Amino acid sequence: MLDGRRGPGTAMAMRMVVALAKVLDADTLIPVHNAHIDSCLYHGQAGLDFAQKLVDLGARVAVPTTLNVSSLDLMHPGLIRLPPEEAVPARALMDAYRALGARATWTCAPYQTLERPTLGEDIAWAESNAIVFANSVQGARTERYGDFIDICAAITGRVPHAGLHLSELRVPKLELDCSELSPQLLGHEAGWAALGGVIGRIAGSRIPLLTGIDPALIDEDKLKAFGATAASSGGLALFHVAGFTPEARAAGWNSAPEREIITAAMVRGIRDELTTAGPSDALDTVALGTPHFSLSEFGKLAALVGVQPSFAKSCTVWISTSREVLGQAQEAGLAQLAQARGARIVVDTCTYVTPILGPEERSVMTPSGKWAWYAPMNLGVEVIFGTLEECVASAVAGKVVRHDWQWE
Amino acid sequence: MTGNGSDSVTVNVLEIEGVTLCPGEGSGPPLFLAQPLSFWGGADRSTGMIIDTHHPQHGALLGGTVLMMDASRGSSSSSSVLAEQLRAGVGPAAIVLTARDAIVALGVLAATELYGNTTPVVLLSAMDAAILRNSLPHGPAVPSPGLARVAVTAHADGSAVVVLQLQTPRQGQS
Repeated sequence: MLDGRRGPGTAMAMRMVVALAKVLDADTLIPVHNAHIDSCLYHGQAGLDFAQKLVDLGARVAVPTTLNVSSLDLMHPGLIRLPPEEAVPARALMDAYRALGARATWTCAPYQTLERPTLGEDIAWAESNAIVFANSVQGARTERYGDFIDICAAITGRVPHAGLHLSELRVPKLELDCSELSPQLLGHEAGWAALGGVIGRIAGSRIPLLTGIDPALIDEDKLKAFGATAASSGGLALFHVAGFTPEARAAGWNSAPEREIITAAMVRGIRDELTTAGPSDALDTVALGTPHFSLSEFGKLAALVGVQPSFAKSCTVWISTSREVLGQAQEAGLAQLAQARGARIVVDTCTYVTPILGPEERSVMTPSGKWAWYAPMNLGVEVIFGTLEECVASAVAGKVVRHDWQWE
Repeated sequence: MTGNGSDSVTVNVLEIEGVTLCPGEGSGPPLFLAQPLSFWGGADRSTGMIIDTHHPQHGALLGGTVLMMDASRGSSSSSSVLAEQLRAGVGPAAIVLTARDAIVALGVLAATELYGNTTPVVLLSAMDAAILRNSLPHGPAVPSPGLARVAVTAHADGSAVVVLQLQTPRQGQS
């Protein structure tokens, strides 16, 4: 590939992969089954120049390739308040990645429906929440790839044999005993997101193994919330849950060399840390779907709003999801149910990466630890972090409603 | 650019061997970061200024410096921001790390592919980095233009050298 026999675009991508192998001190390259690209989110001219150069040199992806969120909602273009000097290159960047042969999936949660990697499969994924989910919940193997190298791995179908592709670097080093946490605290996504905040901070560079959790309490939405928060606040790329995640089950891991006990007070501490608004502040907005809302989350929301009146007119409920899941939620009638109560749905992007919220939307409640982590910095809003039930009750009331029993 | 023109006197005071992460050559006043920096969200992509208000060197400019830190932190979008700073001419002249930081390296490698950028990235042992840091004349946190310079040469064969120079301008150079 380096010699240009597969074309100059592939040669350019291979130069990047080989250069990264040197940086990581890897001796060999290995093939990957698929790729997920995060470089399609616009961060300036250099990112666009890189993608367009690959297009101009005739490069094409060699493995199935999905695309992460962009800065635009192509299905609802009026929603995004991006100025033209950002929107035009952002659109050009999306077009360049499609021209390279990637699928127009525009989602941070490709693992929900589009691409379900399996135990032991080597893949090249970018986007921190997708990386930690594929590694941990699906047992696939990806290093923390990011801008530039994600597309080069997709074009060459190769990555350096390093990091989390190596079995010995995936073994848990730190047991985190969660047996003190109550079923009600582990009964909602926000509790898992806050737990992710706790563990992201404690784990550092050590691979954690969660123990003492009843597998019946666990589902993919909760592990998505956990991983996304642990990855954004602490940089976690892989975790195991004893008796649940595929590698922990296959290896029979029940303990690790170091051990710490996790308490409900630690989890509530993260809830309070992620809450920047005062208790009496008015509520303007509820933000759901970071990472992208799943079909089952649409179902959970429908069950909650089914017995509630409409959301307060003063409070906008935003749901970020993928085109794929929106189509399924519409087929099931779940999207319409939320919209009838006043919810607004965004696809292809997310409410924390691009200007969607109006200038009057200043205080925002969310069950997403990732949204709560980034939005104050990105958007300058005040955040109230709470469960989906608290968010729905608050949206109906037009002010913050707390269910303290969910956090005991 | 090494700044070794006839209008200044340069003395090499320290020479340290390192490992090439990205080949190239560059020199400038040293900027030692006391804490890791996330380029995405932490440094402006068009001015090269550190804008992370929690960072102790908030307000410092990366442009033209020899940036020394253990590693970057945070989002992998940092690669794009670093490449954009190098494109805009406000990025570091060289980067010296103590960890094999793929995010920093990829930003530099992309700028090399696109714009022929020659910013080197060099890996030093933690001990060598501390020796270099402690040898800076004005303390590690402050860039000292015109006095201390660091020249970094990273060869494609993997060997690299980091040289601390003390430089005295001879005339009218500001």
